[in-house]
Amino acid sequence: MPNTFELIASSTVGSGGAANIDFTSIPSTYTDLQLFLSLRVNTTSLGDQTLISFNGSTASFSARLLIGNGSAASSTTIARYTMPNGNTDVTASTFSSGSIYIPNYAGSANKSYSADGVQENNATGALAILTAGLWSNTAAINQITLTPNAGSYVQYSTAYLYGVKNT
Amino acid sequence: MTKMTRIEIDCSTGIESIIELTEAEVAELTYQAELAAEKKAEEDAKAEADAVAKAALLDRLGITADEAKLLLA
Repeated sequence: MPNTFELIASSTVGSGGAANIDFTSIPSTYTDLQLFLSLRVNTTSLGDQTLISFNGSTASFSARLLIGNGSAASSTTIARYTMPNGNTDVTASTFSSGSIYIPNYAGSANKSYSADGVQENNATGALAILTAGLWSNTAAINQITLTPNAGSYVQYSTAYLYGVKNT
Repeated sequence: MTKMTRIEIDCSTGIESIIELTEAEVAELTYQAELAAEKKAEEDAKAEADAVAKAALLDRLGITADEAKLLLA
């Protein structure tokens, strides 16, 4: 089990918002990668999904989701899914929290990831979602792009990328 | 009008750039937003149709939703 975390890069969205957050030239010197995210978009629940892409590719992704909303549990599949976004249909100025773990990102096998995310909402309904994802591609990951399925990330959304290794 | 931007962080240098979207990127985002809206409309329509069908079934059976839950418990 890797036991050290090192901050590779981070970003806080500025006043103009951001259509996506793109980490490029990720070094291959770690065993795993971990992202910690706090996100909100400037649109309704239409934009409540953060989608991931690797190395600029949106192809060959699949993901399985386990969803709780405060009253029922369900499951579904959404390619590239990672976590829900805060949006204008939930409490104002609140951000969703989530993390994404990418093991063996520089290896030569297909790349899996796991993600967890929750919304903050001052109401009985709020999403909590666990995701198991797969990128069926053997290339080493050197770029990670996070994109809302609609709208843009608002100011103060944050993304922190950590490298994980044994030493 | 404010141009849409994206954030790019070069992990080898730590330099963060705020980059204006190209017209093609804006068009793609607009297309994706339209797809999301269409999908949401379909889901909402299905949910509404399911609710109407459920209410009609309960009415035919002459029981309430709570009574139906009791039967299934």
